[in-house]
Amino acid sequence: MRYFRFWPALAVISVAACTTAFPQAPNYGNLGRTPSKEEIQAWNQSIGPEGKELPPGSGTAKQGEEIFANKCAACHGPAGEGSQLAPRLVGGRGALNTPTPSRTLANYWPFATTIWDYINRAMPPKQEGSLSASDIFALTAFILYRNDLIPEGQVIDATSLPKVKMPNRDGFIPQRLEDIHDLRARGCGAGHCP
Amino acid sequence: MSSKRSLRRQFLKNGAALAGFAAGAISSPASKLFAADTPSADLHAYGGRSRFENDVRIGSLAMWPIVPGARRDYGFRSPLQDSMGIITPASLHFIISHGHEPPDIDPREHRLMIHGMVDRPLIFTLDEIRRLPAVSRLHFLECHGNSAAAGPTGEPRKALAATVQDTHGLTSCSVWTGVPLSLLLGQVGVQKGASWIVAEGSETGKHTKSIPLEKALDDCLIVYGQNGEALRPEQGYPLRLLVPGWQGINNVKWLRRIYVVDQPYMAMMESTKYPSPRLDGKSRWFESEMGPKSVITRPSGGQQLGARGFYEITGLAWSGGGAVRRVEVSADGGRTWKDAQLQQPIAAKAHTRFGLAWTWNGEEAVLESRCTDDQGHVQPTLSELTKFWGIDADYYRLPPTSADMGNFNAIQPWKVSRDGSVSNALL
Repeated sequence: MRYFRFWPALAVISVAACTTAFPQAPNYGNLGRTPSKEEIQAWNQSIGPEGKELPPGSGTAKQGEEIFANKCAACHGPAGEGSQLAPRLVGGRGALNTPTPSRTLANYWPFATTIWDYINRAMPPKQEGSLSASDIFALTAFILYRNDLIPEGQVIDATSLPKVKMPNRDGFIPQRLEDIHDLRARGCGAGHCP
Repeated sequence: MSSKRSLRRQFLKNGAALAGFAAGAISSPASKLFAADTPSADLHAYGGRSRFENDVRIGSLAMWPIVPGARRDYGFRSPLQDSMGIITPASLHFIISHGHEPPDIDPREHRLMIHGMVDRPLIFTLDEIRRLPAVSRLHFLECHGNSAAAGPTGEPRKALAATVQDTHGLTSCSVWTGVPLSLLLGQVGVQKGASWIVAEGSETGKHTKSIPLEKALDDCLIVYGQNGEALRPEQGYPLRLLVPGWQGINNVKWLRRIYVVDQPYMAMMESTKYPSPRLDGKSRWFESEMGPKSVITRPSGGQQLGARGFYEITGLAWSGGGAVRRVEVSADGGRTWKDAQLQQPIAAKAHTRFGLAWTWNGEEAVLESRCTDDQGHVQPTLSELTKFWGIDADYYRLPPTSADMGNFNAIQPWKVSRDGSVSNALL
């Protein structure tokens, strides 16, 4: 119940939860087992915007070019221009204040860490998990370089990737991550936010 | 998919046997009074529907790959036009899985890990989760793109000939059985400073979604049962997250991991696909709650009225903000409204069935319904909604590449023509 003490906004909910979920602060015995640090590390694929969980390894656009040609180009096109099989990864820059905004990676995605996270968990289809951490850093560097977001020689790793500022980082409402969770403070209501 | 095919074969077999039975029995009048026993034991062991009932989900797994000439859709839509009451059969529940097929998970092998900013990270087996005190709750589940006239789900719903399956088929309602997430978070002990959870599925692609801790502790469930039986594979078997009233993307299927953290993790879907662009170039993200919505399911698009006279206008209403308090129905395009009757049970964040007696005089009519929830929020008209968004209705006549605004909940008009045909009159 510790979380309630530190979050006054939850006081009302905590009363309900205590009377329903924890009638006598029950102890469910030894249900569940404690995972080892290695197990947690092996399972934890989530990479947040600060990149805290990014593994060791590194890559450059030049290294990524060859991996892209072998693993990605068949669907995303030789220059990342996209095809009928998969979306474009390079280009599509333009104004967003139109009825038909271009929501490409370079034009829309707010965080570069999302590129690494998504390749790691989902790419290439049917071969998920086959790329090494350094392969993914190199592919991320290649995509960022081809979109003119980093210089060609920049080494992308756990330290440099979270520092890459994406062009549309400030294009979302609310802008600050710490303001997102509170729908009421944001003025959301009846299923809509301003 | 293979189980679906085998079920079809079973029906064909049963159908052929029934037909043979009936043909041989023509000389016996008694057989017309007393229906023949189903000759197959298969339907006794696990029931199926009559061979005369043939509603199915329609759609496609995802936008990619683009198949020339194929229906360009995002997910499989539920046939609301023939829905009865408020429960969606699990076999007809809408499906969105971002292009990923359901994984084939052995429940004995499945594990749920809860870790991150917790005192005691834990790994649970399915058997352990089932030993915990269970709850069953009635909740709708809806894709945030449901009923939207733009974006990846927009094209099928815009057509004049669109049915209610095309327009609103990305919502469904079930009795979900499982364990409150708050109970499991109580077991691991959430630490000071934690404010979000990240839920992760087991499918290829491992969909992840960030959810505020406040919502996780409020009414979220770790679900293993749907409508009295285990979840279906395409609904997350053996374990899924249920986030009542919030955009469907939050309800992570094939749930394997919950990571307690201090900020949203900006996974691909939530940070790049689900934000709703505004005309000023900014995008709303993490809109979360689905607004009050309703739709008439009968008469609805593609249906055909017969003779003039009595019809019941019936449909579904729901709101992510709470329970449905009132549904009004108009037969004159919104000029005058009458209160519809609400059928019990009425549960918070669940489909509610409404009905209103109506006599069709044979003239043109435009049927609409309007939902009000117990927060006092009222379903908007199309012009009210587009005014709020700073656009006009012409926006929705743009090509399918136009920006998709989620949480579209405008009133749906169905036009009844003099010949009794019913068509989509949104645009």
